[in-house]
Amino acid sequence: MPHSRFPTQLPDPAPPGLAPQAPAAGTPASAPISYSAPFTRAVLPNPIEADALAGAQAGDHQAFAQLYSLHKRRIYSLCLRMVSNIAEAEDLTQEAFLQLHRKIATFRGDSAFSTWLHRLAINVVLMHLRKKGLPVISLDEAMEPAPEERPGRSFGAPDLTLAGTIDRLALERAIDNLPAGYRLIFVLHDIEGYEHNEIASMLDCSIGNSKSQLHKARLKLRDALRIYPRQEARR
Amino acid sequence: MTEDAKNLSCAAFQARLPELIGSGENIAADPHIQSCELCRALLADLETIAEAARQLFPIVEPPDELWEQIESAIKNEQGSSDRG
Repeated sequence: MPHSRFPTQLPDPAPPGLAPQAPAAGTPASAPISYSAPFTRAVLPNPIEADALAGAQAGDHQAFAQLYSLHKRRIYSLCLRMVSNIAEAEDLTQEAFLQLHRKIATFRGDSAFSTWLHRLAINVVLMHLRKKGLPVISLDEAMEPAPEERPGRSFGAPDLTLAGTIDRLALERAIDNLPAGYRLIFVLHDIEGYEHNEIASMLDCSIGNSKSQLHKARLKLRDALRIYPRQEARR
Repeated sequence: MTEDAKNLSCAAFQARLPELIGSGENIAADPHIQSCELCRALLADLETIAEAARQLFPIVEPPDELWEQIESAIKNEQGSSDRG
C-alpha cells in the first residue's frame, strides 16, 4: 500500500488578497462555482489587510470597503457551501459584514483577523440554520449531530469501496446532504484548507473534537458515496 | 483470528484513525492495516474523499450589487443611531 495521501499538514488559507484568482468582478450570481487547485498561504501577514483593518477600526469607510473586497469571496463561498442557495448566501454574507461593521472595533488581534471574521460568519450561518428549523442550536450542538446522523463504523464483511475515484457532482451532493455540523468541519478543513487548531479556535472546540468530527464527516460521505452509484444504477 | 477478535481489532484501529490521519505517521505500516483488508479499504476510501475534496476549493465572487446593499444597510444603521 502506498504511503498515506492524507496531507500531514494542509496548506493554510491564503490571505484573501493573495487567494487564487477569482472570476472577474461582475460575475453573475447564477454563475457556476469554479474550482481550482488547493491554495497556498503566504507566511507573512498581509500588509494590505493590516492597513485596511486599522483604518476600518478607526471608522474609515473606504478601509472597510477594502476589507470587504479582501474577504468577500471566502465568506460568500463559505455561506454558499453551507446553505447551497445563492440568495440565502448573499443575505448571510451581507449579515456577516454588517455584524463585522458593528463589532470591528472590538477585534483585539488575539487571533488572525480572517479566523475571527470566519467565526463571526459561521455564527451567522448557524443562526440562520436554526431559524430555518434545522437541528442546529449552538456551535456545541452543531459539533455533536444527533445519534441517527452519526456514520456507521466499518466492521464486518467488506462492501463496496470507492475504487479510488469519486465523481465530483456526487461528492458535491453528498456534502450538501451532510448534517450542518459535519458539513461545517468538512468544508473548513478538507475544502478550505484550515488546520484543526484554526477550526478549534473558530468553533470554540478542542483540536481532538475537530479531528473526530472531520473523521465522522468523511465516514458519512463514504457511506453516501457508496449508496449513490447503486441508486443510480437502478434507474 | 475469530470474527469477534478481528472486529475488536478493527474497532481499536478505527478509534485511533482520527488521530492517526494527518499525524505524519505512516499508517500503511500499522500492523493492523497490513493484515486487514477491510480497514485498508476504509483508509483508501477516506484518502480518496480527502483528495477529491481538495479539488473542490470554491472561488465564488459575490455579485457587485451585494456591496451596494451592505453599504446601504450600514448607512441606514448609522442614520438610525444618529437619530437615536
